Amino acid sequence: MERYVVLEKKYFNDFISEIASERKVAAPVAKGYHQFAFEEVTSGDQISLDYIPTILPPKKYFMPQIETIATYDISKGQNMRRVVEYEEMVLFGVHTCDLAGIQCLNMAFSEHPKDINYNIRKNNIIIIGYECNDYCDEYASCGLMQNHLPKGGYDLFFTNLENGKFIIHMHTLQGEKLVKKSAFIKKADESDIESLNDLRERKRKIFAKNEVPIEYEKIPELFDKVYDSTIWDELGKKCLACGNCTNVCPTCYCFDIFDEPNLDLKTGYRYRKWDSCQNEEFAKVAGGENFRPQRASRQRHRYFRKFRYPIDRFSRFFCTGCGRCSRTCMAEINLKETLTQLAKEQGMENPNAGYRS
Amino acid sequence: MQGIGVSMKTLKLKVSEYDIKVGKIFRIKKLTDMEKLFEIVLPEEENLNHLPGQFVVLSLLGVGEAPFSISSSPTKLGSFELVIRNVGKLTQVLHNLKEGDEVGIRGPFGNGFPVHILEGSDLLFVAGGIGIVPLRSVINYTIDNRREFGKVTILLGCNSPKDMLFSNDFNRWSKQTDLNFECTVDRGDPDWKGNVGLITSLIPGINLSPKRTFALVVGPSVMYKYVIRELLEKEIPERQILVSLERHMKCGLGKCGHCQIGRFYCCKDGPIFSYDQIKDIKESI
Repeated sequence: MERYVVLEKKYFNDFISEIASERKVAAPVAKGYHQFAFEEVTSGDQISLDYIPTILPPKKYFMPQIETIATYDISKGQNMRRVVEYEEMVLFGVHTCDLAGIQCLNMAFSEHPKDINYNIRKNNIIIIGYECNDYCDEYASCGLMQNHLPKGGYDLFFTNLENGKFIIHMHTLQGEKLVKKSAFIKKADESDIESLNDLRERKRKIFAKNEVPIEYEKIPELFDKVYDSTIWDELGKKCLACGNCTNVCPTCYCFDIFDEPNLDLKTGYRYRKWDSCQNEEFAKVAGGENFRPQRASRQRHRYFRKFRYPIDRFSRFFCTGCGRCSRTCMAEINLKETLTQLAKEQGMENPNAGYRS
Repeated sequence: MQGIGVSMKTLKLKVSEYDIKVGKIFRIKKLTDMEKLFEIVLPEEENLNHLPGQFVVLSLLGVGEAPFSISSSPTKLGSFELVIRNVGKLTQVLHNLKEGDEVGIRGPFGNGFPVHILEGSDLLFVAGGIGIVPLRSVINYTIDNRREFGKVTILLGCNSPKDMLFSNDFNRWSKQTDLNFECTVDRGDPDWKGNVGLITSLIPGINLSPKRTFALVVGPSVMYKYVIRELLEKEIPERQILVSLERHMKCGLGKCGHCQIGRFYCCKDGPIFSYDQIKDIKESI
């Protein structure tokens, strides 16, 4: 039984203020120059509902850029105090592409051995999704990756209807509790459900054709063929090895571990920090050998980690179609273009490839 | 308005994958100008319980962490040995430590050699250079369980006689009548009376029954291609050629991404792979 409630748009600010009085709320906020970021808000009017993917994905709340994993005091020997830093919060306004990104991270960090720090943080975040009714821009390939419609991964899911209301899908008990105690929430009636169905039907048409001329199911097969493609050399010539693409990726989770001594040189902390496979040092070993010395091999590695390797490990793609890597790339390396070139090169191009269910 | 971090809570964890045990350096032995052997004892002489071929992550708080192969056999109880080359920040600090100093230990990690699958087979060990460090663990394990294995052959290649790491072990192995030990150096010196040449030159002369032989190969990455070619020439089946691959391992938990080889994480799915597992993965060897 699908459970739906509605919130009239005129009460949106009050609803957000109500939640924010109890818990930290983070939501997309306009930063100018058509850029957006997830930030703490206290009222609904600070939120940009009509936003394109934020500069950094919500992964920053699940695996912070810098995260203390232990503190130490060497005057007491080589013992350390293991810690997790977490926040009880509500993450509001997560698009379906980013919900898929969080699901990918959940898989990676729940695989044995389970990452305790990640899982504690995750369990303290209530996720409220928000539906996109149309494409955000030309970089998105959420239709290809089949992430344009909600597929779970949220506690509540908001859809902006044309009848002046948000319809809210209550997916979990935790989400239900959050809306049930609000005075602004009402039961959904038949016309609301109908309105939602109409909207989804329109969306299916908008996202009917793949943004890239290849079938979703054929992507792993494509990647089985393209390891030695010269297209990687083309990317290598453009790439600046800055690591922007992996930093903004909702499913990139590589990290490094460092110690930071305090000024007393006795106490300090051990932390994890985002790392990038695009950095030259990433695959270099102590003896000096580098297993991916060329930018071309590192770009290829990034694509294989999105479209091929995770199929064997997690039975899903680790690209959500959010388009951030293409949007942010200073050298204009474009994921949709790369996939199109690869499909053409292998004769696997299908101009009519699209979502059919 | 609440600022970022105000609602941040810190919880002390009882268990964590990043937890370390405090090891005491029991003995340090200088092996060459670059390498030292560290014998480490865990609290209450607890056994590390490793498999040959596994590694530990050693940490010095304030300096950092790095992975090291375990060089002693699990049959050696109460302590374990690491052989560490002085090449980086952490290893330089390690080389300046003294017996009795403490280090942090995480692990053991990795899959290790499948020693119980190897029982009943003939074993051919091929060690190139520093590859003898992890291979010594499984060689000494084999010697301590000699009855369980068939014919045992050890081939060792080094740059020059002064790079020989474990002269005590090598003397012992060369005198042992229940195994065949051969050694070669790339460049000899006036006192050297043994073979001169690459390790691949030793393989054609070995007498073996390929179907019942497992080859265990550890060395620098450039060596694998050539050694494996010789072993296939000898008709050893692909799945019976086991290699230990070196990659940049950091977390040891199959998460941080540095050690990835194709679909594998070297630290978790490896570092020991059979040739048939990796032959189609182009960035493997």
